Order: sequence, then structure tokens, then C-alpha cells
Amino acid sequence: MGMDRRNFLKAASGGTLAASCVPSVQARETRTMPEGAVGLLYDGTLCIGCRACMAACKAENDLPPEFNEIEGSAYWDAPLDLSGRTINIIKAYVGGDSDRKDTLDGYAFTKLSCFHCVDASCVSCCPVAAMTKDPVTGIVSHSKEACIGCRYCVAACPFGVPRFTYDETFPHIAKCQLCRHRMAQGKFAACAEVCPTGATIYGPVKELKKEIARRRALAPGTETEFPRGHIGSGDTHIAPIANYVDHVWGEKEIGGTQVLHLSAVPFDRLDKKPLPDVAPANVSESLQGRIYHGMIAPLAFLGALVFAAKRSAKALGEQGEAGGTDAGDDRKGE
Amino acid sequence: MAGSDAHPAPAPMGGRLITPWTVFLGLLALIAVFFIGKRLIFGIGAVSNINDGYPWGIWMVFDLVIGAALSCGGLAMALMVYIFNKGQYHSLVRPALLASAFGYTLAATSLFFDLGRYWNFWHVFWPRYAQANSVIFELAVCMTAYILVMWIEFTPTVMDKLGMQGLRRKFEKWLYVFIGLGVLLPVMHQSSLGSMLVIFGPQINPLWQTPLLPLLFLISCLAMGYSMVIFEASVTSVGFRRPLERKILGSIGLVLKWFLIAWLIARFADLVWRGALDPAFVPGARSLMFWIENILVAIPLFLLWTPAWRGSPQKLFLAAVAMALQGIIYRINCYYTAYDTGDGWNYFPSLPEVMVSLGFIAMEILAFVIVVRLLPVLPAPEPSPNSAPAS
Amino acid sequence: MLAHSEEECSLDFDAIEGRLGLSRRDFLKFCTGLASTMGLPAGADAAIAKAVESARRPSVIWLHFQECTGCTESLLRANHPTLERLILDIISLDYHETLFAAAGHQAEAARRQAMADNKGKYLLVVEGAIPTKDKGIYCRIGGQTAVDLLKECATDAAAVVAIGSCASWGGVPSTKPNPTGSEGAGEVLGAKVVNLPGCPPNPYNLISTVVHYLTFNKLPELDAKGRPKFAYGRLIHENCERRAHFDAGRFAGEFGDEGHRQGWCLYKLGCKGPETHANCPAVLFGDVSNASWPVGTGHPCIGCTEKGIVFTKPIHALAELKTVTPPIFFARPAEERGTGVTFAAAAALAAIAGAAAGGTAMLARNLGKSVPEAKADVAAPDEQRGG
Repeated sequence: MGMDRRNFLKAASGGTLAASCVPSVQARETRTMPEGAVGLLYDGTLCIGCRACMAACKAENDLPPEFNEIEGSAYWDAPLDLSGRTINIIKAYVGGDSDRKDTLDGYAFTKLSCFHCVDASCVSCCPVAAMTKDPVTGIVSHSKEACIGCRYCVAACPFGVPRFTYDETFPHIAKCQLCRHRMAQGKFAACAEVCPTGATIYGPVKELKKEIARRRALAPGTETEFPRGHIGSGDTHIAPIANYVDHVWGEKEIGGTQVLHLSAVPFDRLDKKPLPDVAPANVSESLQGRIYHGMIAPLAFLGALVFAAKRSAKALGEQGEAGGTDAGDDRKGE
Repeated sequence: MAGSDAHPAPAPMGGRLITPWTVFLGLLALIAVFFIGKRLIFGIGAVSNINDGYPWGIWMVFDLVIGAALSCGGLAMALMVYIFNKGQYHSLVRPALLASAFGYTLAATSLFFDLGRYWNFWHVFWPRYAQANSVIFELAVCMTAYILVMWIEFTPTVMDKLGMQGLRRKFEKWLYVFIGLGVLLPVMHQSSLGSMLVIFGPQINPLWQTPLLPLLFLISCLAMGYSMVIFEASVTSVGFRRPLERKILGSIGLVLKWFLIAWLIARFADLVWRGALDPAFVPGARSLMFWIENILVAIPLFLLWTPAWRGSPQKLFLAAVAMALQGIIYRINCYYTAYDTGDGWNYFPSLPEVMVSLGFIAMEILAFVIVVRLLPVLPAPEPSPNSAPAS
Repeated sequence: MLAHSEEECSLDFDAIEGRLGLSRRDFLKFCTGLASTMGLPAGADAAIAKAVESARRPSVIWLHFQECTGCTESLLRANHPTLERLILDIISLDYHETLFAAAGHQAEAARRQAMADNKGKYLLVVEGAIPTKDKGIYCRIGGQTAVDLLKECATDAAAVVAIGSCASWGGVPSTKPNPTGSEGAGEVLGAKVVNLPGCPPNPYNLISTVVHYLTFNKLPELDAKGRPKFAYGRLIHENCERRAHFDAGRFAGEFGDEGHRQGWCLYKLGCKGPETHANCPAVLFGDVSNASWPVGTGHPCIGCTEKGIVFTKPIHALAELKTVTPPIFFARPAEERGTGVTFAAAAALAAIAGAAAGGTAMLARNLGKSVPEAKADVAAPDEQRGG
């Protein structure tokens, strides 16, 4: 119980805590987009709300229809949000009249499905590696078999994408996996394949970004060809360029995503609130990495603790008869 | 220094196990068991209101996050007695350890039933699946290890009861390691309960979202631990009509005071440093809850300020309650008030959800009462009479 | 039902059979068909039968302006065996440039005679757009410009019916750059007329309108663009037999491909069904067979009834979807989700909070009582009360 031990302890515990607080001492490297990353481009101004993508998604992923209580939609698939049974949804912003599309006083469509983040929170937070990011395609996929159902991914995802089937006895997480099961058959994402207007197209993220740049460079109203299906499919149609907002959703959000959105209505009206450029997964892993780097700090701390415990026990033992350490050892004390 | 203080050896309380109170607690526990059965058969959604906006309900936030923090008495006392060598508090270690062991065990049990795919829980400990970047992984491994450590630390009590002195002596040679682990592990996972929110990023309001979350949760849980020691000692004293270790508790009050000061410094220095104090002055539920949280720190700080006040059992007790409440509110704030899960989401615990959490608390108290009556946990009054139950 | 059968009984079917060459059965079928086309309630078919049978034929004056006579052709070429006979029998066609045997001054005289005889009672049917540029010199009949002729005839008409897209809103002649300043009848008259757009329009919609007028002595309910709601109240898309393919995302990619042969949705080929109001999928067109309408035969709808679509948008250009607007069953970006506070849960939590607060207060009080005991404890252990 000398001062030197106490100081040592203070230094040990203080050091551990300080290590956790000093910002960016040994921050983890920033993740970058894989070379062969594939993704989707959703251009809300081309979307007509036919929901063919939702139907195709359900058919390709063996998902059941979902009913809701809104009048007139109790008999067919009409989900109100993503869920354990809906992993892709077209939603509508309604700000006014039906004859003005893509204006704040009219209406606009938006899509919600997995964004396949470059530095995904769900991948970082999953305790059992059920969420994984493919190193080649960058597709974030989920393994039901590994999942323990803790729903950390549901809570952590800044886009609110992973969902859970709370009403099932043996529940599971559901999210878009970019139809990776179809890729083996040489096909691509079903939602892009069926989209009649090319509002959703599939392709390498690099190509998608070129297409975005091309569209944004054209003056609103210019008639131009829009690809359908996937980039380079040859299937195109001509339509005028919309008056895009100066923001590509997913370009920078939480370190970038592989699904990119264009819109003529500000994204915050489409329930896509501003997000920082830094991935929370990076912040969290850097913090944990600093505290537990190589388990050096915890082991040093443990050594100090055991040392102190031994000394204290001796001190306790001096009052008692033996070198007991436990709470009960000094029952004969005094 | 410790030797000068006389403190009685622990002894079983004895007394009746079946009283109106234990029957009531047993009923609450049975109700919880019923709803857990329902959850196992029909799914979590059948009993709980959790949804994709609030995937973590009170089973996670109250039973685990808050429950584990309230069970920090064992850590707090072990730190004091074994690490900082304050032997005079020795008599409080066993009851605190026991309360912690039950608290943690039930928190983990509750979490098990909160897991959607509980049959896969072992994946966390299986190298093929384990994902070390996950805070929950760290939490699960650490908490499980700590629960084991706590029960190992508790075995001498059982050995005392069974009179296995030989085995106990052999065992004690290794006890230092367990004591060391018994401090390291809770320090790790209590801070992780805060780190868990870091990955929520912008979904947590800047008043609460900070890289300092692990430190804040650690200070807070220690303060709650000392509060719970005072609380449990007071409740045991009244409940079992036992004398109150007033002097010792007063000293713990002093320790608590310094933790509260440390908390306030860390909390506000961080907010000022990050320039994140502005939302505290925007009228609304968040700022209100922020100030309630801070007023609840100010109250115990005030009550514990002078040695004379720390000598008052009521002031000590109320300070402990306020501090425990502060810890609870701080955690609720972090996990619910600060959580912006997107527009349109609602969550309020359902009645079955509340009953399950209540049932777990009932089980905890019931188990504590049974164990202290049967095993040498609480210091025996001298001369030791046949103590009778108060209730 | 009673009224129905009474009226039915009072009909002289023999006379009808003689006049129209129709059996009793076919005649009633025809009347029922008209009633259901117009969405009239049960019993209306009997009223129609009565009105038709009574042969109180309204005088009709039919004007032709800038047009291709396709509207008249579609009426006459209807393959249904008796349609044109019925039409021509139901109405008294007193002036029709295509069908009239008379010509020149004789014909114009007949028109004036009919107008004078049936002042305020005759129906004026307009076919073709009306050129307004350069004082309307681009279309003259009997020395009168189309504008003058239309105005003259409309003055004493009981109702004006514009048949076809040209008369309704300008049609082909009004297509950019519209050299003759063509306009629809309603625009020229500045009054509300019954528009039956279509290129050509469905003859059923004309006969339904006329019979409605005949039966109820008033025109059918019209929409904001002057079109009878019974015929133009819904989008092609809403009743399209290929709709299920649209909803399922099964689109024909090009003419003759697998999807096209399977009868999939023609949206990707430029079908304007989603933005075109007409009853084609319900009453079909051209009386050829039971799938005889453009989409049924595998061609995308060109939106021939809609101003701003046909002759404006390319046939292959994608349509806007009007069905979904304002989207009633689309989820909003952020829907209300999850269960909020319930009484039982709130009450339980309040009870727990109350019990905790009460317990705390009680404990604090009892702690106060035990102070002397605790004090004593420091020096010597207290006596157990329960001992």
C-alpha cells in the first residue's frame, strides 16, 4: 500500500482511460470502395411509382406480401416501410397536387433499400460476423445461419435498412443483398432488371458515377437517352433531364455508398436526413482499437490489479490469521 | 490501518423463507416466466413493443444497460477494498458481490431471451463467428467472464457453509487473479455499454454522442455502484432490522462525492470542448431530460457535501437514490432520448414487457433474500442472536 | 323490378322487330348494354328501351370541318350488325355531308329547314377542328367559314356534341405549328360542349350519349374537360387486361420478343394507357372480336383521346403514371410506426414508480428511527428487536 504502488495503479488505470479519449492517435484507416464495386443508381425523377421493382424483389427473394390497413390496400402487397418481409420499397413524398411531379408542391418518389456502404455500420457492429462485405463486389450480405438476432445492426444502421421479423417464433434479419444469388446465374439485381423507365439501373459504381456526372452536366429539359436495366445494356429510352438538386445521395454519406440516388426534391423531404461524411463504424472501431489494441493495455491493467489485490490481501491477512483474500476470510478478525 | 476497525464476521441470517413478501415476489417472477414462455412460442413481437425503429426495448436498456450498472456494487467495493486497500469496508464486500452476481446473472438471462435467435448465442464465443470489432462481442464475452468470476469469488462463502476449509485454502491461492479479473472485466464492459452507442453516430444527439462515452459510463457506473452499496446497506438494515454501518457508509459517501465531481467535470468539459452544449438550451424533451439528468447529479453532490451530512443516514440514502436515478436517467437519455431513429417511429414498453423486467428484479431480490438467510453473507450482529425476519 | 317488367310488357316488340330488324332478345340486350356502358342503375335499361321504342327521334345536324371523316367511318364501319342501323334509327339525321344524298344549296336549305323546325331541340354534332387563323378562311362550306357555320348552328341547338379529338380539342390539325389556328368546338364557341375525343372515337360513346339524352332529356354527367364521365372517367391503365403484368414488372421489351408474345405489359413500348382517359378496355373498339382494341392486339395505346399526348409525345416515349397521383396507397417517406404508450403499460410503470417513491420515503423515515440503534452499534451491537 505504498505510494509507489498507488501511483502505479493510477498511472495504469489513467493511461487506459486516457488512451480511450485522445482523439485520432491511431485511428483505423478509412475504408475505400472496392475496385469492382457494383451498385444501383436510383433516379427518382425517372420513377413512375409502378412498383415493379418491389414485386420483382419479392418474387426473386421469396418474400411474402405485406398488407396494411390503409383503405383499398388490404388485399395486395402494400407495405408501409421496409420490414422483415420487404427489403425494397418505393415511397412517395406528397407536398401538394398530383399534376406536379418532382416539385415540393407536387409529389416525388424515393426508394429505400440497402445502400451497401463502403464502411458499413452493420458489418462493424455485428458480433458474430453475420453481416459481411464482399471484398470484390462490395455487396453487404447477411447470413441468417450465423445471426444471433441481437438487432445491433437494426439500431446502428443510419439508413434504417436491416429489419427484423419480430412476430416470428424463429425470427431473422432481412435486407437487400443486391440479388447476389442471381449473379451466379449471370443475372443482375431484379429491381433494376424490371424497371421500365431506367429509374433503377445496375452497374459498376464507377460507371454509375460517370452516368450521374453526365446527367448532372445536362441542362434541365434536355432530351437525352437513359439506359434501362444495367449500364451498357443497349436498352434506352429518351426523356427530358429533370431539375436535379445539387446533391448525390450516397456519394459522401457516411464514407460513401454503392447505391446512389438522384432527386429533384431535396433529400431531407424524402426522409433522407443529412449524414456526416465520416463513417460511424470508423469512429467506433478506432475508439475500440485504441483501448484494446493488442490487448496490451487491459493485460497491463490486469497485472497491476492482481499485484494490488495480493498486497491488500496480505494487509487484510495481518488482522486475520491467514493470507485469506475473500470477503469471508477474516471472520475471526479481532 | 484496516486492523483497527472492528467488524463482525459474516453469518447466515436464518429466519423464515416464506413470508408475504417473498410470496409476492415469487408471483411477480411467475408472471415474468409466463410472458417469457409466450415470447418463446409466439416471438418477441407477441409480448414486446419493440420495432425496427426501436429494436432495443427495456429488456436491453433497462435489464442489461441499467441493470448491469446498478449491479456495480461488487466492482465498486472490490476496487476499494482490494485495490485501494481500504480494509475497513470489508464487511460490505460479500453482500455487494452477491447483489452484483445476481444482478449480472439476471441481466444476462434477460438478454438471452431478448436475443431473436437465442439458439445461436454461442456463436459469440465461437472463433469462426466471433467478430472482435463489435462492441457487443466485447460486451458479451466480458460479461459472461465476469459472471463466472463473480460466482468463483463467491464460492468461499459456499465453502464456509459446507465447512470445506481445506479446499478453500487451496482455492484462495488463485483468488488474486479472479479479484484482478473481477475489476478489469467490469471496467471493460461498463465502458463498452457506452462505446456501444458510438457506432450510432449521428443518430445520437450531440449532447450525448461523444468519444468520451466509455469514460462517462465508467465513472457513472462506479458512482452507481457506491450508491447501490449505500442503498443496499440501508435497505438491508431496515428490512432485516439490522444495525447500519453508518461510519463506513459515510466514508463511501465521500468517495461518491468525488466521483460525482469527476463526472460533472468530464461531462461538461467534453460538451464545452466539442461545442455541443447548444442543444441543451433549445426547449424540448431532449434539453429537459438533459437538465433533469444534471440536477440529479447536483442533488447528491449537495447532500454529500459536508461530513456532518454524510453522517446522516437519510441524507446518505437519498443521495444514493438520487445518484442511482441519475445513472438510470443518463442511460435512458443515451439510449432513448438522444436516439433519433427517424421520423414516425414510436415506442413505449408494453405491459408484458414491463412485467418481465419487473419479474427479473423480483427474482433478484428473492434470490438475494434466500441466499443471505442461508449463507454467511451479511456480517453477524454480536452477540449473535437468533435473528428473526422483519417482514 | 315491377316497373321494369311493366315497361317491358308495354313495349311493342313486333314494331321494333319490324323497324330495326332486331329480335326482342337482341333489342333488350342492346339496351342493357347501353345502360351498363353508362353505368346507369338497374331499371334504366327498361327506360332506355321505352325511349328507343317510342321512336321520338331527335333531329341531329352533323357538321364536318377539318377532319378525315374517320369519326363517321368508325361509326359506319362498326362490324356489329345493327349498330349503325340503330344509330341511324334512333336519331333523325337531318344534315350530314358524308351521308347526305342531297348536295349544294339543296343540302344547306335542308339544314336551315331542320334547324327552323326543331329550334332549340336539335342536337348539333361537330366533327373536325375549326380553323380560326386569318378569319377562318381555311375551311368554308356553302360559302360560310367553319367558325360562322358552327356559331350559326350552335345558337339554337339543344346541345352540342364534339365528336373526335379534332372537334374536342383540335386534334391533328392543331398540331404544332398549327398553320390554320385550329381549335376545338368548345374553344370556338366559348361554351361547354360534350366532348367525345378519340381518334377515332368509340361509336358506343356517341350512341350512349344520344340515348342518355333521349331517355332522360339531359346530357350525361361531364368531367372538367366536357367528357362524359361514364366513358372518360377512368384511365385505360385501370381496366387494362395487361395491368397485372405491369404490377408484376413483366414488360415487353420490343415488338415480337418473348414478353410481347406472352401478352405482357406494353408500357416499355410507349403505351400511354397510364395517362389516357378512355373506356376502351371496357367496351373494346371496332367490334372485331373479344380482344379488339389496340392494346388487346399488342399495340401500345397512343393516347388518342388526350390533348398533349397523341400527336405530341412520340409513340415510343414512356407515359407518366396518372393512376398513382396523388399516391393514395404509397407509403410516405416516414410513416407512423410502432406502438406508443398504452394505458395498461403507463399505469404499470406509474405504479412501479409510485411504489419505488413510496418505498424510498418509507425507508428514509425508518432509517431515521434506526439512527440511535446504529449509533449504539458503533460502540456495541444493538439488540435485535425481533430476537
